[in-house]
This record gives sequence, C-alpha cells and structure tokens, in this order.
Amino acid sequence: MSNHAIQVENLSKAYRIGLKEEIPDTFMGAATGWLKAPLRNLRRLRRLNTFAENAGQNGDAKDQLPEKNGNSCEPASDTIWALRDVSFEVQPGEVVGIIGRNGAGKSTLLKILSRITDPTSGRAVINGRVSSLLEVGTGFHPELTGRENIYMNGTILGMTKREIDRKFDEIVDFSGVEKFLDTPTKRYSSGMTVRLAFSVAAHLEPEILIIDEVLAVGDQEFQNKCLGKMNEVAHSGRTVLFVSHNMAAVEGLCMKAIHLSGGQLSHIGETHDVIAGYLQHGLTIASEIDLSDHPRRVRGMQSVLKSVSISLGDGSSVNQIPLGSDIRFDVVVDPPRPIRYARLAIRLFNSVGLRVTTCHNEYQHPEPIAIAGKTTLRCIMRNCRLAPGAYTVNLQFDDHRVALDKIDSCAGLEIIPTDIYGTSRVLPTHAAIVFPEVEWSVRAGGMGERLAASFKAC
Amino acid sequence: MFIDFRELYQYRDLFRFLVWRSIKTRYAQSVIGIGWAVIQPVFSMIVFTIIFGNLAKISSDGVPYAVFTLTALVPWTYFSNSLSESAGSLVNNTSMISKVYFPRLVLPLSAVIAKLLDFFIAMLLVFGLMAYFRIAPTWNVVFLPLLVVLMMSAAAGLGAWLTALAIQYRDVKHAMGFVVQLLMYAAPVVYPASLIPDRYRLVYALNPMVGVIEGFRAALLGSRAMPWDLIGVGAASAVVLLLSGLMYFRSRERLFADVA
Ligand SMILES: Nc1ncnc2c1ncn2[C@@H]1O[C@H](COP(=O)(O)OP(=O)(O)OP(=O)(O)O)[C@@H](O)[C@H]1O
Ligand SMILES: [Mg+2]
Repeated sequence: MSNHAIQVENLSKAYRIGLKEEIPDTFMGAATGWLKAPLRNLRRLRRLNTFAENAGQNGDAKDQLPEKNGNSCEPASDTIWALRDVSFEVQPGEVVGIIGRNGAGKSTLLKILSRITDPTSGRAVINGRVSSLLEVGTGFHPELTGRENIYMNGTILGMTKREIDRKFDEIVDFSGVEKFLDTPTKRYSSGMTVRLAFSVAAHLEPEILIIDEVLAVGDQEFQNKCLGKMNEVAHSGRTVLFVSHNMAAVEGLCMKAIHLSGGQLSHIGETHDVIAGYLQHGLTIASEIDLSDHPRRVRGMQSVLKSVSISLGDGSSVNQIPLGSDIRFDVVVDPPRPIRYARLAIRLFNSVGLRVTTCHNEYQHPEPIAIAGKTTLRCIMRNCRLAPGAYTVNLQFDDHRVALDKIDSCAGLEIIPTDIYGTSRVLPTHAAIVFPEVEWSVRAGGMGERLAASFKAC
Repeated sequence: MFIDFRELYQYRDLFRFLVWRSIKTRYAQSVIGIGWAVIQPVFSMIVFTIIFGNLAKISSDGVPYAVFTLTALVPWTYFSNSLSESAGSLVNNTSMISKVYFPRLVLPLSAVIAKLLDFFIAMLLVFGLMAYFRIAPTWNVVFLPLLVVLMMSAAAGLGAWLTALAIQYRDVKHAMGFVVQLLMYAAPVVYPASLIPDRYRLVYALNPMVGVIEGFRAALLGSRAMPWDLIGVGAASAVVLLLSGLMYFRSRERLFADVA
C-alpha cells in the first residue's frame, strides 16, 4: 500500500464551454433562429456534461479513460482541457504550493481533490480526512446572525456541531467580531463577514487541508493574522495544498511547489526553483527580444519600445549571469515624434515579485536625453550584486512626464552564484536580496580603541 | 447500495442546520412571520368555498365545503411548496455546490423536511375548523402518520427528479409555478374523488396525493371509509417515484458542480 497523503495519476478534466452564438443578419434569419433557439439550447445544455457521462459509463473514475485511443469524445472547438495528464504525489506533512497563471487549472485540481467534481480521466487517491476551503463563507446566510452562521458554515465545511461548540470561543476570539455575534450578518461590513468566515475555516482540523486563493481578503492586519495561522497549520504536521498568486506567501509557507500551466504540470520541486521557473515561464533569455508586438504591453500604451537585449558588460550573451558581473541592457526605442526628455526605466523584480532595483536615466545620466527616430539606449549595471535567482524585467519609456510605453515582464534574467567573497563557501542565496561588497576586520579591545584606530587610519 | 446512508448520517448536523436555516430565514424580516404558513391555505379555502362550494355547488361528500377543501389544501400546499422549494434548493445554492463537497441529497431533503413545520401549523387550523363545525375525527386518525410519510415520500421523490433536472435546465424553475397550480386540479382538492368514474379510479390514484388527500378526509371528517385502494396504489407509485428519483439524483450528482 502506498503511504502518500495524496496521489494523483494522469488526471485530466475537460470542460465544455458554450459555443459562441451566431448573429443573424436578416430578419428572417433572426426569426428562424429564434424559433430554433429551444432546440439549440437543449443541445447546448445537454452537451455541458457529455464528458463526465463518458467517464461515468466506465464505472469508477479509477478505470482510466485513455483519450489517446480515440474512444472518448472527439475534440470539439468548445472543449477545454482544464487539466491534462497531471501526476504527482504529496507525502503526509508536506506543505505544497500550487502556482500558475489565471485559468491554469489550479482551482479545478483542488475541486477534483476535494470531490466536488469528478475527473474526466485519471484518478486521485487521498488518504486522510480532507477539508477544502475554496471560498470563505460558503453557506453564509445574510439573515442569520454571526453565531448561527458560524454553525452553518462550520457544518458545511464538515465539522460536527460538537466540534464547533468546543472551538466556538476560539473562533469568535480570532474573528474579533464578538460584539456583533447576535447581529444578522447582513448588517456586517464585508470585511467583518470575511473575518468571521475565515475564522471558522481556520479552526478546521483535517489531516489534509486544501486551500484556494482565499487569503487575499480582509485588511492588512487580518491578512497577517491569517498568514500566521497558516504558518501554524503548516508546522503542525498537517498536509496542506495551497493555491496562491502571492509568491511571497508561497515561498514562506511551502517547502514544495507545483507549477501548472495550461492545465499541464510544468514543474514540481523545491518552492524556490518552481517559483523562479514560473516567473521565468514564457520569458526569453534570448540575446535580443522583439518588443514591437508584445502580449504583456500595458493596455493603452503605444509600441515605442522595439527590442531589448541583455548581455554581459562586454556584450557576450549568456543564459546565466554570474553574480558580480556587469549586466548590459540595450533597449531600442522608436518614438513617433522627436522627444526632448526621454526617460527609460528598467525595473528588476525578483522571484517573489519584489522590485529590487530600478535603472533610470533621469537620475543616473547627467544630461537629459533627446532622441529623434530609432535610437538604442544602453545601460550597464556594474558589478551586479543581486542575490542569485531569477529576475524579470519591466520596461517603461516616458516623454518627460507622459508615459508612452510600458511592458511588464518583458524579459528575464538569471543570476547564478559565484564565489564573490573568495571564501569557497555556499552563499545563503534564499535568505538575501543583495550581496554587497563587504569588508570584515578583527581587532582586539573595545569600541573606544577601535574608533581611535580608525581615526588614526584616516 | 445506491445511497450512502453512512455518509448522510455523518452529515446529519449539516442536515439539521439546513432545515433550521430554511425555517429561520424564510419568514425573516416579515411582520406576520410564520403566520404566512396558514394564510396561503386559508385564503385558497375562502376562494374555493365561494366559487366551488357556493356558486358551482360541487359535492363535498356531505361535510361543510370549507372544512372539506381545507383538509385537502393543507397536504396539497405542503406538497406543492416542498416541490418548488426542493427544485430550487440546488439552483439557489450553486456556490455551495461548486465550492464544497457534501452529499448533495441533503439540500432537497432538508427542503422537504423544513416544510413540515408549515404543514403542522396549518394542521392546527384544520382541527380548529373541525371543532367549529363540530366534526369529530374518526378512529382512523391513527393512520395519519402513515399518510404523512406517504406525502413526504411523494414530495421527496418528485423533488429529487425536479432538483436534478433544474440544475441543468433552468426551465424547470419557470415551469414549476404554474404546473403545480394546474396539477392541483388533478388531485381531489376542490372536488371529491367520488366524482371520478370507477373505471378511472385506480389510474387516478397513481397520483400519490389522491390517496393522501382522500385518506385525510376519511380519517378526519369521516365522510367515507378509508380509501385503501387509493392509498395502496398511491403508495406503490410513491415508492417508485422515490426510488427512481433518488437513483436519478445519484447518477446526476457528480455533474452538478460542472453544470451549475
Ligand atoms: N464549470 C466550468 N465549466 C466550464 N469551464 C470551466 C469550469 N470551471 C473551470 N473552467 C475552465 O477551466 C479552466 C481552468 O479553470 P480554473 O478555475 O481551474 O483556473 P485557475 O488556475 O484556478 O485560475 P485562477 O488563477 O484565475 O483562479 C479555465 O479555462 C476555466 O474557464
Ligand atoms: Mg482559481
């Protein structure tokens, strides 16, 4: 017998999404379309579940439905694979983060694991009592009082009345709404409702906890409280699956992470690496990146930034940049009209999405830059001491105070550790943002003498 | 077994709170509150007594028309209300279905149970009216619990069918309102079952509410002997309805979250 907490094998889930309605162009067309609408609707509604039915005919979800053999439904244009052939295992006590872009299938995966929906093929085996939290406050009724909603929500999440009785005071304490306990929740502010709801969820005691993005609620203080609680849960030996877009939270809580991309498992492993891969995902570390038609150009911006290339100070292009080297950014811009005060910002974000530095000609270049026509702006960051890891680059080009173009995550770069301190020791790269040039010295005696010595040295 | 009773039992607290939630929230912020449970049958009774009793002079098996129709209206109101309530139970709780796992059956079942409160309150009214007309219940009242169970199974069975259909086809919701109203004329609410020709009597009894309503009248008003033939046929059809409804519900259950 396996002793995994969660074992997922070749899990796939197909959804049908509605086909686009045809728009009639004649009156007769509209009239016949209208008459045929019920039939069309019936077909559409029936199709909503065709896949699941196929899986159902195979009896248990355990019998895998090999779609490669072509005996399942033919692929249709309105079919999307929310998950495709995902396999992984989670050991008891592991805290695993799941990351991925919107629509990557994270929630779908959690729904299958918490038995809310069945997979189209593949299987998921879970050993232990599961509680899943895909939304805070499920079952809350605005007419019920806070007290009543605690019971309602708690039982929906799978607690028994006795369990809730036992933890009631703790829950109320944590939520901080004891004054309003006997007020209908429709009289609460939305933040208060969320606090109450989260407090109930925070007191679940399952062996396996599944959490979708629910932490991004409440005010800062409450969020910190939630993260603290999560941390406590994570360290109590429970198995946790945690979906979040907050990389810092994932990095802080999880030892292992899974990166889903387009329904497929793109990377699983140590959190730091997976997050780096995720932020790097879809970015090119190519020598020259074409920006003229970039998908992540901020809406409303013109295409002024044409290309960027990242290389070492001497112009040699490498995939990985050794810590402490010079990094050269060559940015080609082509504004539609001459510009008197060109401003270029090159911002670097680290793997948890924190902006670590900005190179900007406004305060780094002595004179204003005036350009007309296609121009290359070069910026060399000397002796780059940023901690090893993956970085993404965001570019913004302004004409004086007017933003002309801005592209998020348009390039990536990776800095790899080197022995910059000459000690042949491993750098604690996860624990720092920069590794500046430092000098250590040792002298005998107390402060006074040391200060005196340094004065003499001057 | 096609229904996981152990799991349902594990979720008994949820079941209890759902019943209680629907009772508590239904009449929230209303002046008359639970009084609405009796207003619906009382007003129907008044209208029917005037139109069918006084104007159309429909036979009422020798008892005053008002009490004749009220004994039918109370179980019928329960039946129709629990049908619409359970049909709406999934549709109105889609967020619950798509965000949490629990045996989905607790939603329609709790709707059927919650409506019992209204039913019992309205029953008090029936007894009040019987006292007013000086009608004593017969011995057969001991069978009332049986009739109540029959009434609930019919409601739960049909409710399970409608619930499972309603989540995928919202048409059910729109149809419910008037179909239930029309169905009332297929049950002996405003007229006695004795009006139905004998040939059709047993076919007529396939509607489980026929046996229930005539049973209520026989037990409470003593207008006729207990119509065991109607009740027997009705019970058989209620069992079929209940089993098939639960089976259909189970087979659809896994899709609810996807199609909701
Ligand atoms: N009930 C449904 N019917 C049809 N398509 C669905 C359904 N639920 C999800 N999908 C589709 O499945 C895909 C994956 O959705 P999912 O909710 O798992 O994304 P996600 O990774 O959680 O995204 P996000 O970060 O925005 O929460 C999406 O393309 C979505 O449109
Ligand atoms: Mg999601």
